Amino acid sequence: MSASVSLKAPRSVLELRRAVVSNIGWVACGLALLLVIAPLLDIVGVVTFNGLSAFSIQLFTKSTGGDTNGLLNAIVGTLVITVFAMLIAVPIGIGAGVHLSEYGKNKLGGVIRFLSDVLTGTPSIVLGYFSYIVFIIGFGWGFSLAAAAITLAILIVPYLARITELALQQVPNSMREAAYALGSNDATVVSKVVLPAAAPGVITGTLLGLAISVGETAPLIYTAGWSDYTWDGRFTHAPVAYLTYVIWTFIDQPDAHSHALAYAAAFLVMLVVLAINIGVRLVVKHGKTA
Amino acid sequence: MQIRPFRLSVLSLSLLIPAALVAVVLFLVVYSGQAMLFNGLHFIFNINWNLGDLYSDPVTVNGISVPPGANYGILVFIVGTLLSSFIAILIAVPLSVGSAIFLAEAVPHRIRPVLSMLVELVAVVPSVVFGLWGIAVLVPFIGHYLSPTGNGYGLLASAIVLALMVTPIIASTLLDALMQVPKENRESAFALGATHFEVVSKAMMPMVRTTLIGGIVLALGRALGETMAVLMVSGGGINILPDSPFAPISTIASFIVSQLDSAEADPTNMSVRTLSELALVLFLITLTVNATAKLLTSGALNVRKRQS
Repeated sequence: MSASVSLKAPRSVLELRRAVVSNIGWVACGLALLLVIAPLLDIVGVVTFNGLSAFSIQLFTKSTGGDTNGLLNAIVGTLVITVFAMLIAVPIGIGAGVHLSEYGKNKLGGVIRFLSDVLTGTPSIVLGYFSYIVFIIGFGWGFSLAAAAITLAILIVPYLARITELALQQVPNSMREAAYALGSNDATVVSKVVLPAAAPGVITGTLLGLAISVGETAPLIYTAGWSDYTWDGRFTHAPVAYLTYVIWTFIDQPDAHSHALAYAAAFLVMLVVLAINIGVRLVVKHGKTA
Repeated sequence: MQIRPFRLSVLSLSLLIPAALVAVVLFLVVYSGQAMLFNGLHFIFNINWNLGDLYSDPVTVNGISVPPGANYGILVFIVGTLLSSFIAILIAVPLSVGSAIFLAEAVPHRIRPVLSMLVELVAVVPSVVFGLWGIAVLVPFIGHYLSPTGNGYGLLASAIVLALMVTPIIASTLLDALMQVPKENRESAFALGATHFEVVSKAMMPMVRTTLIGGIVLALGRALGETMAVLMVSGGGINILPDSPFAPISTIASFIVSQLDSAEADPTNMSVRTLSELALVLFLITLTVNATAKLLTSGALNVRKRQS
């Protein structure tokens, strides 16, 4: 592991001290790594254990409220919010990424890139509060699916644009030139040549956006509200339930029944987020070595 | 100039990003306008947050209608935000530097990808799941073994959870930088008789210092805006400045969430407007920090590296 281990017997006090200091250094570094990874394993362990012991088929067939063991309203809500957020975010994010990569090598592109980074760095609660004053108070939508989906889309678009841009940058210029030489126009070059070649990267970005929208809480509190009923198909004037809400409010309830539901919800959310992230990393790595 | 419909359409899509950012700032500013007039600048140095009597008739102060007795001081939340994030960084820096060094130099090539993926995965665990773990494991631990009052919620719990959440940001930035240190530099240090740890600490770390600082500032930006995990373990202290690591705190982000119900009950909407002003303050703080990180990592201030 360290070169100092292989040293012969130290010849002087100084050398001995250096060897000792080095070994202490390695132990400290190893401990640091352990302290970072151990909590992750503990989180996964605690949530999986408690989540699985609360697991039942009722989770998917009944809604919260009363004494049921159901999370149906929250599961449906998270799915619907995520689907609509992605429906808004994917075309905008990929389109913006195409512009930044293909035609954004100028001052305007630089400005858009910088402001996109600023938006990425903006705390999600600030975006949530913005949506609250505009959509809920200003437009009078009330807590609603539309406000929640738009807020999540604002959160995801800059990520997606940046990942798309990076993916398109990997496509060699010769492919673009060949396509233009065959008489293709801009739209054909991008849609038939550049985007297919960069598809794995773009899909990765979309999946990571999906993971973000499933795991987010703060921007939804002020936009989606909460409802004990399953989504009724309305886009405005109807609050929507979502899984992460169950986690942070039910764990504060005094009864074990609510705690069990909180862990079950946390297990579902963590499962989706970790599965997407591990899957994406494995596929990307596999693609690199192949 | 020739009109290119495809280029124009993707341009307009990408312009939606700056438009969204401008809209966010604009609406927060416009909506908090009356609150800015009412609160002035001194609300930053005032520790007392009082919604006033929401059931009495509103009174008019300087032409602005507010509940009687309303006073919005935000110093407690600013202090809570900065203090918890700084302590988190103090914990996170040694953890991430140690992990990055260990991953870069001490771990066999075959298991390095697995371990570095585990470190990255810490960053993707949703904030609210961290909060759940904080309530289930960390808070009881602090309450039982560390806190003199037996209450684990507060500044220390918030800082530890934040530290765990931002450690991967610093660690993966540093790991990438360490892997890019030229072989020649490592080998010359070895040739001078340095031990392996001395090579890392005295020859490699100084070369990646700027990247490390950039990563730390980036992590700080993330910690300042973190909401759910802090909300769940902070104890929600208001109207008093924290005087010990175990004192309950509120950060700006967690306070905004916790005020949803009381804000909706305010007939004058002044508390909603002040929360909007508070969101703006948080935005400005994170913007400053993130801009600093960008300057550091983009090399604008990176004179040392350019010379070498």
